[in-house]
Amino acid sequence: MNLYTEGDPIADTKAPEGPIETRWDTRRFEAKLVNPANRRKRTVIVVGTGLAGGSAAATLGEAGYHVKSYCYQDSPRRAHSIAAQGGINAAKNYRNDGDSVHRLFYDTVKGGDFRSRESNVHRLAQVSVEIIDQCVAQGVPFAREYGGLLDNRSFGGAQVSRTFYARGQTGQQLLLGAYQALERQVAAGTVEMHARHEMLDLIVVDGKARGIVVRDLVTGEITTDFADAVVLASGGYGNVFFLSTNAKGCNVTATWRAHRKGALFANPCFTQIHPTCIPQSGEHQSKLTLMSESLRNDGRVWVPKEKGDPRPANEIPEDERDYYLERIYPSFGNLVPRDIASRAAKNVCDEGRGVGPGGLGVYLDFADAIARLGQDAVEAKYGNLFEMYERITGEDPNKVPMRIYPAVHYTMGGLWVDYDLQSTIPGLFVVGEANFSDHGANRLGASALMQGLADGYFVLPNTINDYLATGDFTPVTEEHPAAVEARSAVEERINRFLSIDGDRTVDSFHRELGRIMWDYCGMERTDEGLRKAIELIRGLREEFWRRVKVPGSGDDLNQALEKAGRVADFFELAELMCIDALHRTESCGGHFRGESQTPDGEALRDDENFSYVAAWEWGGDQPPVLHKEDLTFEYVHLVQRSYK
Amino acid sequence: MNLTLRIWRQHGPEEKGRMVKYRVEDVSPDMSFLEMLDMLNEELTLAGDEPVAFDHDCREGICGMCSLMINGSAHGPERATTTCQLHMRHFNDGDTIDIEPWRARAFPVVKDLVVDRSSFDRIIQAGGYISAPTGSAPDAHATPVPKADADAAFEAATCIGCGACVAACPNGSGMLFTAAKVTHLGLLPQGQPERDERVLNMIHAHDDAGFGGCTNTGECHEVCPKGIPLASIGRLNRDFLKASRSISR
Ligand SMILES: Cc1cc2nc3c(=O)[nH]c(=O)nc-3n(C[C@H](O)[C@H](O)[C@H](O)COP(=O)(O)OP(=O)(O)OC[C@H]3O[C@@H](n4cnc5c(N)ncnc54)[C@H](O)[C@@H]3O)c2cc1C
Ligand code: FES
Repeated sequence: MNLYTEGDPIADTKAPEGPIETRWDTRRFEAKLVNPANRRKRTVIVVGTGLAGGSAAATLGEAGYHVKSYCYQDSPRRAHSIAAQGGINAAKNYRNDGDSVHRLFYDTVKGGDFRSRESNVHRLAQVSVEIIDQCVAQGVPFAREYGGLLDNRSFGGAQVSRTFYARGQTGQQLLLGAYQALERQVAAGTVEMHARHEMLDLIVVDGKARGIVVRDLVTGEITTDFADAVVLASGGYGNVFFLSTNAKGCNVTATWRAHRKGALFANPCFTQIHPTCIPQSGEHQSKLTLMSESLRNDGRVWVPKEKGDPRPANEIPEDERDYYLERIYPSFGNLVPRDIASRAAKNVCDEGRGVGPGGLGVYLDFADAIARLGQDAVEAKYGNLFEMYERITGEDPNKVPMRIYPAVHYTMGGLWVDYDLQSTIPGLFVVGEANFSDHGANRLGASALMQGLADGYFVLPNTINDYLATGDFTPVTEEHPAAVEARSAVEERINRFLSIDGDRTVDSFHRELGRIMWDYCGMERTDEGLRKAIELIRGLREEFWRRVKVPGSGDDLNQALEKAGRVADFFELAELMCIDALHRTESCGGHFRGESQTPDGEALRDDENFSYVAAWEWGGDQPPVLHKEDLTFEYVHLVQRSYK
Repeated sequence: MNLTLRIWRQHGPEEKGRMVKYRVEDVSPDMSFLEMLDMLNEELTLAGDEPVAFDHDCREGICGMCSLMINGSAHGPERATTTCQLHMRHFNDGDTIDIEPWRARAFPVVKDLVVDRSSFDRIIQAGGYISAPTGSAPDAHATPVPKADADAAFEAATCIGCGACVAACPNGSGMLFTAAKVTHLGLLPQGQPERDERVLNMIHAHDDAGFGGCTNTGECHEVCPKGIPLASIGRLNRDFLKASRSISR
């Protein structure tokens, strides 16, 4: 049987015509509005309270809609956006260093290796400016200079300083801003908050998204909830690899369940492997910790020139060190984009020049920065990151260089959305990392926070009006056949998990699945490896459904049961990721196909054949169906990316 | 190393709990505390027992979801460290470790080591924000903020809302948590218009939720993983007094 079949291309992305600078204005002008008095009568479910979902729910509540907000943590403030460290981009040009909306747009399209949609990215760059204003007004304590104005730093893939930050806790501060705005709406009665609830299915009525099936994680109760539109803001799926920088609960369930109900899943194989994470210390490892990329502003990456050099870092003289990023990429040096930095680290480790346990690490050295700027200045910038590193490894980066290694960090793929952020199911909108929209095959640092807040504060609240203004929203109740069916399917699945009573834990399967994905669908992918991975995944999935052991009952807090559902969905996603990676025989961004490289080992794109978004339709018992959205570039010239 | 764990097991909010003893063997010093519990749970599951429920998510000390009283101290023996960031290298072979949930009137136990901290969200709902509806903001540089104020506001804003302060306080007070937010917003020019009302409403919500009062014990600051300064409570009290006077006037 074929691994996939091909269906019709995607004809319409709803992006307005005309000069790119005016498209967002055009769309906003054309979008129908909902009269303020009628907004109260329209209900929107928002799944997720991260930057995307939190900002969307707050803004929709402010606009007067009735919002029902869901998250699986015990409080909306704990969404994984909280962990973002480095910063958020915006084309403010406060540095007067030549930045502009156009430059941010250009950098993002180029950084994404020309696999994103120009109209969307341009809008993102335009809106970026408003985000900073909004956050400052809410009291987000960004870093400031002595004059009282906002400070900036530079980030990978850019030659201007456009990243706003709050020490190493930018995500936390931005999320608390959105969370506080959300709680203000809870108090105002426009937002109903449901924490510790997990969405387990989407309810589609007459072709439209009208509700969700949720499980109360404390009581185990399974209920249905309805609305006129559903927004998924459920984050990324990096945890398919088991080890990643994501939080333990991050999952694909919300988007995957929607995919099974008809939403196309775009570019699932585009995952980002972050170059600066703390290396794994042993088999017990349950997650990996990121060390912000901002460290590459001042830290220098190196390995010994000699293979298997046994000496500690401080005994290796300067001329026996290879600062390989500075050597290979003289114009960007340590600030090359993530995909490039990660692969370069893998290459030097593959050559046997890696450091630390198992040779799976490279040095990130601050000695020069400390000598140049002084201990205090370095401390002020990176203090909390250094502490975090020391807590985990027991080593002080002020004295010995950090050891870092790449780890799965972000997923550019996600549910396909049009210019309005609407999926292929009418009434189902997708924002933040959960959608595929703006980052192409590689996301630039500090651009996910920007995208999450752009989607949630500014884009969705405009585009969803158009949908809510036009629809016919006959009320749906829990007796509706579509609701009954979705709910009983969820119940059956839960009962099935609990009744298998096998002899392997959920984690043991998840770990093994993650290993397969890392080995064959990680930093380098090949035809042979991907085919093998698909076989392995299928075998392991079959074993999972036969041998998994889920203790306890479905009637109360049961964390093993929660995990089982998430891992079951990861199995299905993993297969689609491998099929997507297999079909895309070019290399681009984070997707590096061993068969497609330049003579000096750089990713080689194939624009002739692959300048499209791969949007996959769930096939049920049949293989998935590929729909292509052709990408055209009118404003940014297609070039081979070069950071040399 | 080999350890004895005594863990609080409680099936549900209404049920009685008790300490139960478990052995864990071959614990690596490089494991985090939660990885050690993961290991125990894997063993319990395979042995047909119910694993221990505990809250956690980011496992990097920032989401505030993890908790645990470890040998009677909130987040365990290391200063400025959340339970998820605590590593087993700080324990010795043969140790017996007591593991209990946060205990406070405002944080009822849900199951085993999991408690309900939604009372914190209610304090924020009462006024822990600046009213700035989306789209209403002036340019970010319209109001410069002195660096010292911005830095102090940031320091207070780093609170992760974990509740260790409440668990450590003999009165079960949530004053450090409340003070951190009042300080963060009250130091910024944007936070001035609502300053008086904010502090009054947040304190009411704090008291209504069943948190106790502050008697300056200072344990909250000692266990706080983010080192929120104790002085912020003084600031809260000053703001509260000032606001009470100006509003009653
Ligand atoms: C360690 C780390 C550092 C980062 N640093 C940066 C940075 O410096 N700059 C930058 O731009 N980006 C950074 N990123 C990326 C960025 O943080 C994320 O892409 C972004 O925050 C995602 O936001 P989100 O709102 O889409 O999702 P999240 O913040 O992940 O929120 C997901 C929400 O969905 C809910 N949810 C999920 N599934 C369900 C379900 N089934 N039912 C109910 N609720 C559900 C969760 O409870 C949560 O509320 C970083 C990421 C990581 C992991
Ligand atoms: S799990 Fe997030 S702070 Fe510990």
